[in-house]
Amino acid sequence: MENLTALTEEALKLVQDAEDLQALDRVRVEYLGKKGSISAQMKSLGKLSPEERPAAGAKINHAKDQVQDAISARKTSLEKAAIDARLAEETIDVTLPGRGERQSGGLHPVTRTLERIESIFAAAGYRVEVGPEVEDDYHNFEALNIPAHHPARAMHDTFYVNDSAFAKGDQAFVLRTHTSPVQVRVMENTQPPIRIICPGRVYRCDSDLTHTPMFHQIEGLVVDKGISFADLKGTVDEFLKSFFEADVPVRFRPSYFPFTEPSAEVDIGCTHCGGKGCRVCKHTGWLEIMGCGMVHPNVLEASGVDSEIYTGFAFGLGVERMAMLRYGVNDLRLFFENDLRFLQQF
Amino acid sequence: MKLSEAWLREWVKPNLSTDELVAQITMAGLEVDAVEAVAGNFNGVVVGEILSVEPHPDADKLRVCQVAGDSEGVRQVVCGAPNARAGIKIPFALVGAQLPGDFKIKKAKLRGVESLGMLCAQTELQAGDDDDGLWELPADAPVGTDLRDYLQLNDQIIEVDLTPNRSDCLSIKGLAREVAVLNRCEVTPPAIAPVPVTAAESLPVVLNAPEACSRYVGRVIRNIDISRPSPLWLQEKLRRSGLRPIDAVVDVTNYVLLELGQPMHAFDLAKLEGGIDVRMAEQGEQVVLLDGQELTLNADTLVIADAKQALAVAGIMGGKHSAVTGATQNILLESAFFHPLAIAGRARSYGLHTDSSHRFERGVDYQLQLDAMERATVLLLEIVGGEAGPLVEAKNDEHLPQARQVTLRRGRISAALGLEIADEDIEAMLLGLGLTLEERRPDAWVFGVPSYRFDLALEVDLLEELARIYGYNRLPTRSLAAPLPVPAHAERQLGLPALRRQLVARGYQEAVTYSFIEPELNRQFDPDNDPVTLKNPISADMGAMRTSLLPGLVKTLQHNLNRQQERVRLFESGLRFILRGDELEQEPMLAGLIYGNRQPEEWANSQDPADFYDIKGDLEALLAMTGAEGEFRFQAASHPALHPGQCAAVYRGDRLAGFVGAVHPQLQQALDIPRPVYVFEVAQWALLEARLPAFKPLSRFPAIRRDLALLLARETAADQVLKCVEKHAGEHLIDLKVFDLYMGKGIDPHRKSVALGLTFQHPSRTLTEDEINAAVDLVVQHLQSDFDATLR
Repeated sequence: MENLTALTEEALKLVQDAEDLQALDRVRVEYLGKKGSISAQMKSLGKLSPEERPAAGAKINHAKDQVQDAISARKTSLEKAAIDARLAEETIDVTLPGRGERQSGGLHPVTRTLERIESIFAAAGYRVEVGPEVEDDYHNFEALNIPAHHPARAMHDTFYVNDSAFAKGDQAFVLRTHTSPVQVRVMENTQPPIRIICPGRVYRCDSDLTHTPMFHQIEGLVVDKGISFADLKGTVDEFLKSFFEADVPVRFRPSYFPFTEPSAEVDIGCTHCGGKGCRVCKHTGWLEIMGCGMVHPNVLEASGVDSEIYTGFAFGLGVERMAMLRYGVNDLRLFFENDLRFLQQF
Repeated sequence: MKLSEAWLREWVKPNLSTDELVAQITMAGLEVDAVEAVAGNFNGVVVGEILSVEPHPDADKLRVCQVAGDSEGVRQVVCGAPNARAGIKIPFALVGAQLPGDFKIKKAKLRGVESLGMLCAQTELQAGDDDDGLWELPADAPVGTDLRDYLQLNDQIIEVDLTPNRSDCLSIKGLAREVAVLNRCEVTPPAIAPVPVTAAESLPVVLNAPEACSRYVGRVIRNIDISRPSPLWLQEKLRRSGLRPIDAVVDVTNYVLLELGQPMHAFDLAKLEGGIDVRMAEQGEQVVLLDGQELTLNADTLVIADAKQALAVAGIMGGKHSAVTGATQNILLESAFFHPLAIAGRARSYGLHTDSSHRFERGVDYQLQLDAMERATVLLLEIVGGEAGPLVEAKNDEHLPQARQVTLRRGRISAALGLEIADEDIEAMLLGLGLTLEERRPDAWVFGVPSYRFDLALEVDLLEELARIYGYNRLPTRSLAAPLPVPAHAERQLGLPALRRQLVARGYQEAVTYSFIEPELNRQFDPDNDPVTLKNPISADMGAMRTSLLPGLVKTLQHNLNRQQERVRLFESGLRFILRGDELEQEPMLAGLIYGNRQPEEWANSQDPADFYDIKGDLEALLAMTGAEGEFRFQAASHPALHPGQCAAVYRGDRLAGFVGAVHPQLQQALDIPRPVYVFEVAQWALLEARLPAFKPLSRFPAIRRDLALLLARETAADQVLKCVEKHAGEHLIDLKVFDLYMGKGIDPHRKSVALGLTFQHPSRTLTEDEINAAVDLVVQHLQSDFDATLR
């Protein structure tokens, strides 16, 4: 009994000195195990009188608890140290780039712009319609109120197609010079109300600094009862403000397209100089951005829509031009060179 | 069209600055492209006269001139111009004058000789392009007068870009009418009165193609003095309109063209035989034009002929044979109406475009011919003298355009423009444009259309005129209102945008390449399909409509390899153009290309080259978006542009949808591409139709997996093996995969080791060991019998 205190102190010191869990466990077995030296003290209780036993027993139990607590505490601390060591071991340089295809590819800026325009109009309830790119003369010209020899044909530098293998009758085929024939095809097959946009490739036989022989247009068409020029103005104005995410000034200038009457060119305040006048806007403060107008009654009638009941408006814009203004691209030809250094910027 | 602002202001006098005027007509639909001062910014330049010229004592090329014009007296000026000579009148910049470019004239000594001022060329005053020495002014120019006043140089050249419907504005008269109605002011035209006839001679005119020419006015003028040049004011007006003065006869016809819009022509009467015959050309008939060009005519072309031959291509250009020359004494003047449809396209078909054809094909006022003739006669007689013969007018009323009337309903104005306009304003605008009020009804007007407005035929045409004159930007603007029905929304339809995004997420960059490509390149990729070609390609290498998207992608790869790119992944969507029998099919396709390493170069990435299975995996990821992977199958195939051992045809159901594979090594080499290129091209129809998900209950019982390692002949196709397993493993096989493939050391060189993982599960109970063993045994038996497979 007299050496309990000494044993306890000895055990506590060994606990403190245990370097790992195994050493700690040896201490536990040596002192608190069944045959441990502190546990063995219990056997000495038999030599004591019944009056002395409870107090002595309590002392021994207290000593055991003391050592057990120390072991538990030491164990926790050793475990934590082990985890800390492992975590330290596992530390990596998190600033290194990740593995695999880190940079996704990207959409062509024309697609990006088209999708943006489509989503703006889709939100306003327009459907997307597409049509053929090798188009017959009727849909590209005649049905749009541009008969043969019409001076407006000179405005379109048309690509003609060697069509002997597939042309039926005396219909000539061209690469469509605008997306307007899609309007005609939709009106031929749909009764109003019609609210569509028609994106796609168009072709003109023209190639220089500011013209590529292929480019993209998006065309809009609304036909319904009671559609007026005021609706056209509102739609175009709201679209342009939405597209540029800015309160851009918009103006309408009388112009001429055979398939609309009245017809208008739309200008916006120069996005480059804010309307003060610069190289981009040729010092006018305005940029010509799209054409539009009320659908010509001849066009409605040619496609089977009663122009006494229905009226409509149409608008068309060049997608590359919109992309150039929106993203600051200064050379149209870049769009079709497909240089990755260009494409990856979008 | 170019015109002098001062000339326009002779006709109409709005209280507007140049800028305001230009803005106003632009916003009325007559777009002004450019405004340019007639002359540079200079002052202190007067009309000078060279009195005498002497050689410079110390310089061969310089001359010493005594010049009148300075109010202080005769000045000595040293001048290097080759045409400096006594007696001519020239622009004389006095000491103190300011020339364009901030150039100030000072007293100077040139090689020791004093020079007080400078004699100027047109270019030095920025008043023209003539750079051949001094600008020689007319002999009657008043010496000492300020040059700007004398030549009325405080003027602008306004260039208006007119749309093809507005032929009525291709003249001062027409533009003045527009300006007047926009400003509600008066037009003050010059008075045109018949000229007294002083000669009896006339030439008969026959209209043999009245549908093409329904009015022809001719007049003979005798005894003109063609040596007398046009007066300065006339020359200046022509010059400011971009026309070069030639001789008085040509100048006057051009002047009337610009002033009134009537193209005219003059013939040398001495060269004509018999009367004028306005007829269609004979096929193959020849005519030599004024500019010396020899033209072989088509039968659809109208000519002015005499008894013997075609003299001029009507409405396009006169002929050389009957042209007015320095020797001409008697002329026949022509003022005719040619129908737009008879002229349209003809000039272009001969590669010509003239001021005359430009106007006739758009429409010349069919009531203008007599006035124009009188106007030209007056001007000519003033300049070159002579005696005018009687007017000869041949016309065909049946074929002259008929006067049109258009009804304008009041209700349509507010419906179309969203605006109520007062009746008197409506009438003022339309009458100002020259329409006539034929009838006023309670709810409508009937207007007569003037003979110069070929573009007004329908009610909407009048609505446009009202909108234009009222001002587009003053018209109301409103948001479109429409019912908002909830549209059909097909869940089984995938969109191209989703497919694009899948490729983008897998590292592909979208390209947009031309739909027309080099025919030879197209042949290299697709020798079996003859492409549709263009009649008028931009260049030979853009002549064939592509039958595949692959050539464009490979060209794009080349372009980027030449710019030091080493790893390229591209895709494109668009049409290909394929002839099937006598139908041209325009098929939407989606194509992709990979080149270089499997992964981008990074510390953690594999530097292995990409191979067939990389692009196939990307394609399968697209197919998987349909949720109907089971409908697709890949089958070893051959394709002329692809590696014979690394090419698969892709089927959806039984229908061929496209190909995936390595570009044929020979083609790769021919295109000078160093490493293998992997591509796919699939029709969009196969990708866009998706499956609607259909729920199956989840099994609560364990799944059990068995692996089989098989030795198979190398050429055995994996999908055949998998099909066999699926067929015989029973309904509880829920997953099957190839998890290893090995060829090489340790096994028969003709065989390959394929490891399959089979997973079984029952929906409502645990499968027994015996059941699974039985299924696997059956599979192994069939693999042995069908493929001579052995277990490893």
